Amino acid sequence: MSKFRWLILFGPLVLFAALLIFLLKGLGSDPTELDSALINEPVPQFEASDIYDTQVVYDQSVLKDGPVLMNVWATWCPTCRAEHEFLNELASNGIPIVGLNYKDDSRQKAVNWLNTLGDPYVINLFDPKGKIAFEFGVYGAPETYFIDHKGVIRYRHVGDVNERNWSNKLQGIYQQLVEDAK
Amino acid sequence: MIRSLLLAFTAVLLLIPAAAAENENNYQFDNEQQRTTYQQLTKELRCPKCQNQNIGDSNAPLAEDMRDRSYQMLKEGQSREKIIEFMVARYGDFVHYQPPFTTVTSILWWGPLLIVIIGIGIAVSLTRKKKAAVELTQEERQRLQQLRKSGDE
Repeated sequence: MSKFRWLILFGPLVLFAALLIFLLKGLGSDPTELDSALINEPVPQFEASDIYDTQVVYDQSVLKDGPVLMNVWATWCPTCRAEHEFLNELASNGIPIVGLNYKDDSRQKAVNWLNTLGDPYVINLFDPKGKIAFEFGVYGAPETYFIDHKGVIRYRHVGDVNERNWSNKLQGIYQQLVEDAK
Repeated sequence: MIRSLLLAFTAVLLLIPAAAAENENNYQFDNEQQRTTYQQLTKELRCPKCQNQNIGDSNAPLAEDMRDRSYQMLKEGQSREKIIEFMVARYGDFVHYQPPFTTVTSILWWGPLLIVIIGIGIAVSLTRKKKAAVELTQEERQRLQQLRKSGDE
């Protein structure tokens, strides 16, 4: 009977604490940020032309000499503009970023953007219909994929990459990929 | 005259929604079965961009792409299951309104059952306690009989 007494006395308290933790976790999380379905999957197959020269065609092998980041962007996306300066900075620090231009208004607009704001990308993939992005499960721009040296997607970041989330989280993820490649 | 005008007007009004639904996408289906499957898919696939709408309701460009892809795959002769599998492989379980049964989601099925079982358990234990309280000891029974006797007199 005394066992039950403890249960009756503290059971509700424990339940309350569990509920509190559960709800607090819910408060802090952003429901629009989805986990990618492709985590720990190899990069999907694709063919894409270069944004500057449509005669040049790339395939998924350009993402297999990682670790490499793949950034999904478009000129119609204001957040992409906001993060562009930081991507330039990352590129100047020697971090390879492949750009995937996603359903842009026109190729010329995208090229103008890169010419005026700078081009942080080692390779520029052009995806006017969003076909490649569909294979990656892209649901908005910007998105940044972290791909390891074997061409496996290890992490997806939704939203802009900035100084704060880079130093808080993303740099660590990238460093881990560099370590794994050794 | 007025009556026939009114009648024509009503007929046009009635036809507008049907026409709008057909023109929204110039999809031509091979048969009724395919059309039904398409409509079913647009209802049960969820748009990842505008999270609480299915791809049929959503105007997001991504939902449009997903409708297009569903349509194309149907035309290629792929089944409903194959199309759902295709979408889930790219956009995750999130994209289908019917979550699969896994260890994580099992709580959705077992949770309510568990709560009902706990409830029945509590109810049973409470009624048992009441019964136990009514049971009297030998002495108490004798005393009760005495009291009853004295009451009769």
